[in-house]
Amino acid sequence: MKIESLFSSGGEWARNDGPHHQIVISSRVRLARNLRGHPFPGWAKKNDRLQILELIKPQVESLPEMGDALSSYLQELSALEKQVLVERHLISREHAAKGAGSAVVVNKKQTLSIMINEEDHLRMQVLRPGLQLRNAFKAIDKVDSTLEAKLDYAFHPQLGYLTACPTNVGTGMRASAMVHLPGLVLSEQINQVIQAINKIGLAVRGLYGEGTEAMGNLFQISNQITLGEPEDDIIAQLNKVIEKIIENEENARHILLQKKPGTLMDNIGRGFGILFHAYAMTSKEALNLLSFLKLGVDLSFFPPECQQDIDDLFIVTQPAHLQSNATQQKLSPEERDALRAQIIREKLKQFPNPNTGKVVLPKPPTNETHHE
Amino acid sequence: MVCDVCKTNPATVFLTQIVEGKMQKVNLCESCSKEKGVTDPLSFALVDLLPGLGAEEEMEKGGTLQRCPACGFTQADFKKTGRLGCPVCYDTFAEGLGGLLKAMHRRTSHSGKVPARLKRSIEMGVRMNQLKRDLDKAVSEENYETAAQLRDQLRELEQAK
Repeated sequence: MKIESLFSSGGEWARNDGPHHQIVISSRVRLARNLRGHPFPGWAKKNDRLQILELIKPQVESLPEMGDALSSYLQELSALEKQVLVERHLISREHAAKGAGSAVVVNKKQTLSIMINEEDHLRMQVLRPGLQLRNAFKAIDKVDSTLEAKLDYAFHPQLGYLTACPTNVGTGMRASAMVHLPGLVLSEQINQVIQAINKIGLAVRGLYGEGTEAMGNLFQISNQITLGEPEDDIIAQLNKVIEKIIENEENARHILLQKKPGTLMDNIGRGFGILFHAYAMTSKEALNLLSFLKLGVDLSFFPPECQQDIDDLFIVTQPAHLQSNATQQKLSPEERDALRAQIIREKLKQFPNPNTGKVVLPKPPTNETHHE
Repeated sequence: MVCDVCKTNPATVFLTQIVEGKMQKVNLCESCSKEKGVTDPLSFALVDLLPGLGAEEEMEKGGTLQRCPACGFTQADFKKTGRLGCPVCYDTFAEGLGGLLKAMHRRTSHSGKVPARLKRSIEMGVRMNQLKRDLDKAVSEENYETAAQLRDQLRELEQAK
């Protein structure tokens, strides 16, 4: 498959229909694997890396899940194409910086992506819309079992799967969910929640993983520990925590509606107003304001059919997506901001004004009574 | 002195806690200390701070072997990158890594998936280790009848290998 046809359609994981999709955008499980008897990519000489790549790539391409996949050496991709893959969460920022000696294979539905010679020889991940950690794990586990029959993995009887970084050794598994938490941010409970999550050994990160800022009220929650706990237990614990966070977020929204409806409507109304009338919009501002529109749909200020439009805007307003849809060669940052504002204005023309008159209160998730 | 977490701002919060009988010190700047919730001592534990703080010191403690025989990687390289050179490095630097892995994961042995191909040999290894331990125990207790039985079982396993 050509990269153009991959880019022409959105990823299936970004379709807003998974369980708990209002709050959990997507679930992801990735496994890190290495080959026995070869240095890790960061320490390997170029020839080693090329040799490892040629050992792994044909096996990955012949996976039944990879029929009609995009398979590409990193040096064959332009900087822009790599960046689009990053914005779709199909490769990491680190992998995008790689050239000869590395490759990426992505299935047609963009739910399975395998990076070869990133930090480890193999980094494979499954993405699913909504809260589907168990399904995502099952899918990637199957891929791993197929590959282990053909590739000689580095496995230590005591330490498990060996990885370049000791933080991944053991299961080599990182499971994460991307959650949208405007309610907890607006009610200023988010730091408390993050601290509680950190305390039980889970990590909270921004939109694009390690070392990135939280924008658009989007957070990635993932397991930190990979050694000593079986995969199923890690998934079950993370799942439990995410369910708890969903409950907290729903509660926060409910209480905001009851106690501070003015603040809530103000944020959503301003978000809509600025997005609808702006002529220059940075990607950060767009993400933060789109987050309030998304909240507006969840709270029935906008009709439900607006949901997909907003989710699409989250993706197409990212810098590389803007550039790849532009007719002009290289957009300056100012031109990008202008184009972004234009795309958003066009899309929002189809939106009705936020309807705050018939606000339907979400059903409180618990039976507790509220004393006024 | 700079902050241990962001490594850029000057440290203004100095924290000492006893974790599992060991004194741990961390220096933080204003914003990192807030972010980590240090201001509320009840809800804060040093062990929860980014795993890997003090990783270098842990590594230095372990072993005198300076170079991995398989890939030529050294402890100095680990200090620079925080990554290891090859799978064999885990054995080369096992001593130093032990403490590091415990600090990161709180456990030191894997539980979970095992490649199907290795399952049998790994299970057999575990069984043989157990038998060897039982055998040593039987011998030290002068329980020679049991010891003879265990020895025969071990031989059988060894032949089946």
